[in-house]
Formats: sequence, structure tokens, C-alpha cells
Amino acid sequence: MIAFWVLLVLIAIAVFSFVGIYNSLVSLRNRCDNAWAQVDVQLRRRYDLIPNLVETVKGYAKHEREVFERVTEARTKAISAATVKEQGEAENMLSGALKSLFAVVENYPELKANQNFLMLQEELAGTEGKIAYARQFYNDSVMKFNLKQQVFPSNIVAKMFNFKEKEYFEIEEAEARRPVEVKF
Amino acid sequence: MYEQITRNKWKSFFLIIFFLGLIFVLTWVFGELTGLGAHGLILAAIIAILMTFGSYYASDKIVLAISKAKPIEKKDYPYLYNVVEGLAIAAGLPKPRCCLIDDTAPNAFASGRNPRNSVIVVTKGLLEKLNRVELEGVIAHEMAHIKNYDVLVQTLAVVMVGIVALLSDWILRSFLWGGGKRKGRSRGGGGAAALFILIAILLATLSPLVAQLLRFSISRKREFLADASGALLTRYPPGLASALRKLAEDREPLEVANKATAHLYIVNPLKDIKGAVNKLFSTHPPIEERIAALEKM
Repeated sequence: MIAFWVLLVLIAIAVFSFVGIYNSLVSLRNRCDNAWAQVDVQLRRRYDLIPNLVETVKGYAKHEREVFERVTEARTKAISAATVKEQGEAENMLSGALKSLFAVVENYPELKANQNFLMLQEELAGTEGKIAYARQFYNDSVMKFNLKQQVFPSNIVAKMFNFKEKEYFEIEEAEARRPVEVKF
Repeated sequence: MYEQITRNKWKSFFLIIFFLGLIFVLTWVFGELTGLGAHGLILAAIIAILMTFGSYYASDKIVLAISKAKPIEKKDYPYLYNVVEGLAIAAGLPKPRCCLIDDTAPNAFASGRNPRNSVIVVTKGLLEKLNRVELEGVIAHEMAHIKNYDVLVQTLAVVMVGIVALLSDWILRSFLWGGGKRKGRSRGGGGAAALFILIAILLATLSPLVAQLLRFSISRKREFLADASGALLTRYPPGLASALRKLAEDREPLEVANKATAHLYIVNPLKDIKGAVNKLFSTHPPIEERIAALEKM
């Protein structure tokens, strides 16, 4: 009789921990997806800011057409990028173009004092930071998700239900690791 | 970085276990003396929880009112908002509310019983005196407090201090009230009973002090923990280290802070920390030690 009860308790414990592990794997996977979506939200915000910024700078520096064109082109490319790799390249180009835009601004003291411009500059710097943090959080989430699939005993459950490890977001060029330098 | 986080989590865990051990011993002594068993603990726990429940539940509102912190809007402080929003993303938490104290002494704190009800408060001086990297370090420290549920930990510590104080008080009082009951229960002759009473008196007198020390010690461990997990959010420990150095050099006390709220701030806003005894009773570890820990990461 005692053996029966012991067996019953053991089975109950096994079932409960099984359900717990499965649920935590699912919620970790959802967190990764959500974190990835958060990166897109911030990238979109950055794309939306750029036309405003270009317009504001244009008002003071009409002759720098070349710079504006580069920024606009890089932005279009980044938005329409189909693969992660393409997007990475376009993002690099956009960062470079923005850098030269801010270099141009240095020659226009009036523009540097413009309230609207300062606001946009702060927003852009803030968004750059948020993109970096969103990517960092995505990688942190992926690390937790992958770890859960590797350690015992959750690796058994992960194998059973065919959970796949997710890939980290990595930046190839060291240059792109730094966000655009925006001075204050 | 990861080791420091784990180590500080374990340390605060053991401190709490030690605390529970102290409460257990006091309960047992109280039970032996009065014959009430564990009822003493239940009563003390209920009283202590009731006393602190309000301060836990409305932790953000009470402390905001005491500190004269005003809510601010994004359009007025885009700089601060962007930093807070960025770090909330990094921590995977909902964005806390932001409040400002109109004081030039640089300082900051976080409060709220859970991430959904959290608030980050900074002084005007903090925004003026720190650069962006340093401000990110400070906000990350506060975000880490929120993520680690430090308001809950602090409240728990206060509840335990309360339980110890009540039990100790009752043990001492039981000598005044229940002399007859005790005589009837003493089985093993006068000597052992006298020794037991002596130990009980000693325990009841010292415990409240030990409990306070434990509470401060827990608070210090949580500061180290918030430094380390904050550095993990920014991935840049020198930012917070440099901010702490600036805050330490600033000798201006914060007027709205007092003994009751001092433990919340990132550095002690009262600026009167010197000497070994004060160190034991301090809610914050010395800034030099915190900077050294950050530089080791």
C-alpha cells in the first residue's frame, strides 16, 4: 500500500515538473519573438525620424544635396531590405550617411541652436540607444531560451517537442557596434 | 559581473535565512516561557505585517510625497525619458514612471511594489551634473532595484525586524506577568531553569539590535546587487563607477531626504557616513567599495 502511494506521489511530481518545464519553454520562446519585434519597433521609429531630420537640416543647409540624397537612399534601402544580412548592410550605410549629415550640421551654428533640430537629434540618439538595448535584450532572451534547451532535465522536454535553438543577433563589422556619435 | 550578481543574491538569501533562524529561536524561547507555543510567532507576524502593509502597498505614493517628487512629461525631459525607456527595454520591463525632485544635490531612487507600479525619481542636480553614460549607469542601477523586487525585500526585512522586536519585548514582559506559570513548568531543577532564563533575557535584549544589523546588511547587499545587475544592463560598468565618484565628491546634502527614506537613494543623501560603527548601521556600502567592485567586472 505504501509503495502504491509513493509511486503515485512520484508520478504526480514528474507530471507537474514536466508541465512546468514545457510551459516555461513556451514562454521563453514567446519572449524571444517579442524581443525581436521590439527591435523592429525601434528601427521603424528611427526610419520615421529621418525625413523630419532631413527636412529641418534642409531649411538651413540647402546646398548639401549630396548628403541628403545619401541619407534618403540608405533609409529606403534599409526599409525595403528583405533579408537580415541586407538589412545589416543598409543599416551600416545609413549610420555612415547620418554621420556625414551631422558633420555638415557643424558648419551651421544657427541650425545647431534650432529647438526643433535639437529635439530631433535627441530623439535620434535615444532611438539609437533603444535599438542597441532591444538587440541586447533579444540576445539575452535567446541565451536563456537556448540554455533551457541544453540543461538537464529541460533538454528532454525540448527534444520531445522539437524546440529549436534561436540564433543570436550579431554585427559583423566592429564599426557598426558603435551607435552613431551624436555630440551634445 | 555574473559572479557578482550570483554572489550577492546568495548573500542576501542567507541573511534572510539567518533572520528566520533568529525568529525561530525567539519563538521557541517565548513558547517555553509562556506555554503559548507558536502562537506568539503568529501574533507577532500578523502585527508586523499589518504595520508594514500600508508602506509596502503604497510605497511609491508615500515616498513620492515625502520627497516632494513631481511627475514629469516626456516633452519636457526627452533626455531622461529616452534613457529610462532604453533601459526598460534592456531589462525587459514596462517603462517606470519618472519623477523629478527640484534640488541641486545629485541623487536618484526607485520605488514601487512591482515593475508595473514602479517609479524612478531623479533630482535636477543629477540631470545637470552627469553626462549621458553616467546617467545611464544610475538609471540602470535603479532599474535593477525594480527588477530585483527590492522594495519587497526591504519590506520583508522591516517585517522581520518588527517580529523580532515584538517577540523580544514579549519575552521580557513574560517575566513580569507569568512568574507562577513558569515555576510550575520547570522540570529540571533550579539551576537549569535559571540558566535558561538568563539566556532568554540576554537573547531578548540583544535580538532587536542584531535584527537591525541584519536589515542594514541586507540593504547593503542589495546595493551591490543593483550595481552589478545595473552594469549588466548597460554592459558598461565604468559609466556607473564614474557617476558614483561624482556623487561621492558632491558634498551637498539633499534637503527632502531623511533617515526614513535615506536607504532608498543610490548614494546616502545625508552625507554623514564615517567610522566603523556607522558603517555597520549604514544602509549603503562605502562608495569606494562599490567603485572597486564595478572596476573588477
